[in-house]
Amino acid sequence: MSILVQSLINGLNQGAIYALIALGYTMVYGILRMINFAHGDFIMVGAYTMFYTAPLMVSYGMPAWMAVILAVLVCTAVGILVERVAYKPVRGSGSISALITALAMSLFLENLAMVLFGGNPKTIMKIFDLPMIELFGAKIQMKYLLTLGIGLAIMIILTMFVRFTKLGKAMRAVPQDREAATIVGINVDRIITVTFAIGSALAAVAALMYCSTYPRCTTDMGSMMGIKAFIAAVLGGIGIIPGAMLGGLIVGLIEILVKVYLAPGWYEAITYGILIVVLLIKPSGILGKNTGEKV
Amino acid sequence: MAKQAVPVLKVLHLGIQFGGLKAVEDFNMEIGESELVGLIGPNGAGKTTVFNLLTGVYQPTEGAFYLCGEKMNGKKTHQVVAAGIARTFQNIRLFKKMSVLENVKVAMNKNMKYSMLSAIFRMEHYWSEEAETDEHALDLLKIVHLEDKAAYIAENLPYGEQRRLEIARALATGMKLLLLDEPAAGMNPTETAELLDIINNIRDQFGISVLLIEHDMSLVMKICERIQVIDYGVTIASGTPEEIANNPKVIEAYLGKDDE
Amino acid sequence: MPKNVKIAYVINFAGLLLLFAALYILFETGVFGTRTDYFKGIATTACYTIIMVTSLNLLVGVMGEFSLGHAGFMSVGAYASAVLTNMLSEKAVPGFALFLAALLAGGIAAAVTGILVGIPTLKLRGDYLAIVTVAFAEIIRVAFTNFEITGGGRTMSGIMKLSNFYWVFWVMVICVTVMYMYVRSRFGRTVKAIREDYIAAAAAGVNVTFYKIMTFTISAFFAGIAGAIYAHYLTAMIPTSFNFMYSAEFLTEVIIGGTGSMTGSVIGAAFLSALPEVMRAFAKYRMLGYSVVLVLIMIFRPGGVFGTWEFSLTRALRRVRRGLRKGA
Repeated sequence: MSILVQSLINGLNQGAIYALIALGYTMVYGILRMINFAHGDFIMVGAYTMFYTAPLMVSYGMPAWMAVILAVLVCTAVGILVERVAYKPVRGSGSISALITALAMSLFLENLAMVLFGGNPKTIMKIFDLPMIELFGAKIQMKYLLTLGIGLAIMIILTMFVRFTKLGKAMRAVPQDREAATIVGINVDRIITVTFAIGSALAAVAALMYCSTYPRCTTDMGSMMGIKAFIAAVLGGIGIIPGAMLGGLIVGLIEILVKVYLAPGWYEAITYGILIVVLLIKPSGILGKNTGEKV
Repeated sequence: MAKQAVPVLKVLHLGIQFGGLKAVEDFNMEIGESELVGLIGPNGAGKTTVFNLLTGVYQPTEGAFYLCGEKMNGKKTHQVVAAGIARTFQNIRLFKKMSVLENVKVAMNKNMKYSMLSAIFRMEHYWSEEAETDEHALDLLKIVHLEDKAAYIAENLPYGEQRRLEIARALATGMKLLLLDEPAAGMNPTETAELLDIINNIRDQFGISVLLIEHDMSLVMKICERIQVIDYGVTIASGTPEEIANNPKVIEAYLGKDDE
Repeated sequence: MPKNVKIAYVINFAGLLLLFAALYILFETGVFGTRTDYFKGIATTACYTIIMVTSLNLLVGVMGEFSLGHAGFMSVGAYASAVLTNMLSEKAVPGFALFLAALLAGGIAAAVTGILVGIPTLKLRGDYLAIVTVAFAEIIRVAFTNFEITGGGRTMSGIMKLSNFYWVFWVMVICVTVMYMYVRSRFGRTVKAIREDYIAAAAAGVNVTFYKIMTFTISAFFAGIAGAIYAHYLTAMIPTSFNFMYSAEFLTEVIIGGTGSMTGSVIGAAFLSALPEVMRAFAKYRMLGYSVVLVLIMIFRPGGVFGTWEFSLTRALRRVRRGLRKGA
C-alpha cells in the first residue's frame, strides 16, 4: 500500500512535468499544425539558466527557487526568438519544411549549449529544502507534492485564461479558421507569438519541477523528455489543452507504475505501445474529435 | 433475355447516417445497360453522398447495391472499381504533379501484370507492357481530345481539360458504370457542348451505363433518358425529363414553396 | 528493350566503373599514406548512409509520408545480421558469402519488421504516422537494450569486420539502382499517385493500403541492408546509437538533397557523411553550423538543393559533346 501511494505521487509528479511540456507542444500544434521539436530544448535552456542563477539568488539572500523567474524570462525570450527568426519565414512552405526547421532548431539549441556550457552534466543546487512527510504510511517527499501542486495550479490557470480572457479566446479561434480569425480583427502573428511565449514559459516551470526531482542538467535532457511529452500530447488529443494535461498525467503514471510493478527495463516501450494502440483505435487521441477528409 | 433481367446497377433502400443525421435515406435506383441516368437535386441534397456510397468511400448503414447482380456492400473503393464502377470528382482530384499520360496509366495499373522482378531488371515483359499501356492510354486521351497534351503536367492544364482528364482516367479502369460528379461545373457553353459530345461518344463506343450528377437542370434534360431527383437525402421524383420538368415537387425543391 | 536505353545503361555502367577505378587507385596507391584506412572508412560510411537516405526518400519523396524512425529499421538489420554472423563465425564460411548472408539477413529482418509496423500504422497519415514511427523505433531500441543476445544494454562487440569498401560500393550501387527502377515502374507510378491524392488513387482502382505497405517494406528492407553494413563495419554497437536524432539526421539529409530526387539523396548523403570528418578541426561548431545551414536551406530553398532534378550521365555527355562541337 505504501509503495502504491508513493508510486502514485511520483507518477503524478512526473506526469505533471510532462503535462506542462505537452501544453507547449499542443498549443503550437493547434495553431500552426507543426511539431515544434525545439520545445523540449526550452526545458534545457530553463535548467541551465537555473543552474547559473540559483546560487546567485542564494548569495543575495533569496530562496533558490526564485531563479525560476529568470528561467521563465530567458525561456520566453528564446521561444519568441526561435519563432520569429526560424519558423516565421518557413510558415508558407509546407509541413515538411516546418518539421525540418524545428528539428534544425532543436539541433541548434543543443549544440549551442554544448559550445557554451560544455558536454559534462551539471549538478544543480537544491532548489527546495523540504522535509519528508508520512501519508497513508508512505514516506513522501514534500517537494513532490509541492511541484505537483504547482503543476496543477498552472493548468487550472491556463484553462481559465484560454476559456475566459479575450486573448485566450483568440488563441482558441485561430486554430479553427485562421482566415476568419483575421477577418474578425485577430492579429494572427501576435497570437502565434503569445502562444510561443506561454509555451516556453511553461517549459521553464517544467524545468524547475524536473530539477527539483532530478538535480542534473545535460545538453540533451530536453530532446528525449520532449518526445515523451509530445507523445503525451498526441495521446490526449493534440491541439486540445485538457488533452495535453490528461495525456501528460497518464504517461507519467504509466512510466512510474510500470517501472515499479511490471518491468523496469521496458517502461518506455510500454508507454509508446499504449500510444500506438490509442492512435489505432482513435486516431485523433483520447479527447480528440475525428475528422475525416471530405470527398 | 437474361441480360435485361439483371440491371447494371440496382440499388435497394440504400441509406447512411452520420451521427444521427440521415444524409441519404431509402435510396432506390436501377440503371440498365448503356443507359444514361441523371441524379439531380439542390445543393446539399446528398447527391455526392450517393456517389460516395456507390464507390465504397462510405459504407451504407442500411440497404444494399448490386453491380450486374453482384453485391457491392462492404467492398473497399479499389474493389468496387475492380468490379466495374468508376467515378470523377466534383472538386477535381487529379495526380497534380504527374503527367497527363501517367494520370491515365495509374488507372490501368490493376490490369498490368509485369512483376517486381521484371521492373527491377527491366525484362522484356516490362518494356512490352509499358509500351502497350502507353498506346492504350493515348487512345483514351484521344476520346477526350487530350492526345496532344499527354506529356503535360496535369496541374498545368486548364480547368475544362482537367475535368476531361478525370473522365479519361475513369475510362482507363475499364468500367461498366461511370459516375460523373458535376462534370460541367465551371465550364463555358462551348466546353459544355464538347463535353456532351464526349459523354455520348463514350456511351456509344464502350456501351457503358452512365450516372450523372448535375446541378444545372437544362444540361441534364438534354442528355439523360431518365432523371431521379433527391432532396434532403430522400428521392422526391423520378421519370423522364418531361415528367420531371413538370413535377410540382421538383419545382418546389428548387425554387422553394410559394405559400410561405 | 529500346536501343537508346541499352546505350544509356552501358554508359552509366561505364561511368560507375570509372568512379570505382578512380577510388580504387586512390586507395591502393597509398596517396593518402597512413590515412588511407581513414578515408576508406569515410567512403564506407558514405555508402551505407546513401542507402539509408535513398530508402527513406522512397517514403518521403515518392510516397509523401515522413518517417522519423528509420534508424529503427537500420538497427533491426544491424542486430539481426550481427547475430547471424556471430553464429556462423566458427564455421568455415568464406568471407564474401558471409557478407552476403549478413546483408540478406539484415534486409529480411528489417522488411519483416516493416510489414509488422506498416500493417497497423499505415492507415495513419502525416504527423500522426511520423510520431508512430518514432514510437516504434523507440520500442525497437528498448527491446534491443533488454535482449541478452544483443548485448543486454551494453555494447555488442566482436562483430566480424566484413564490410570492405570495395564490396560495399557495389552493394550501394545495386541498392540505389533497384530503388530507382522500382520508382520508375508501374509500382512507383502507383505510389506517386497515392502521394498526390490517395482518394483519387483508390478511385482509379489502386489498392492504397497494399502499395503503401509494400513501399514501406521495401524501404525497411534497404535500411536493414544498410544496418548490416554498419554492424560489420564498426564491429561494435549499442542500441542508443539508433536513437531519434539519428533518424532525424537521415530525414534532414533527404530534405537537403531534395525530396523525390535520388540524385539529391545520393549526393546529399555522401557529402554530409564526409563533412563531419573533413571538419573535424571545428568539431565543436560543426553541428551548430549544420543546423544553421539547414534552417537557411528551408527558408531559401524549401524543396531542397536539387529539388526533384535527377542527374543523367547520358544527358551530361550529350551536352559536353555539343559544347565541344560548338568549340571546334
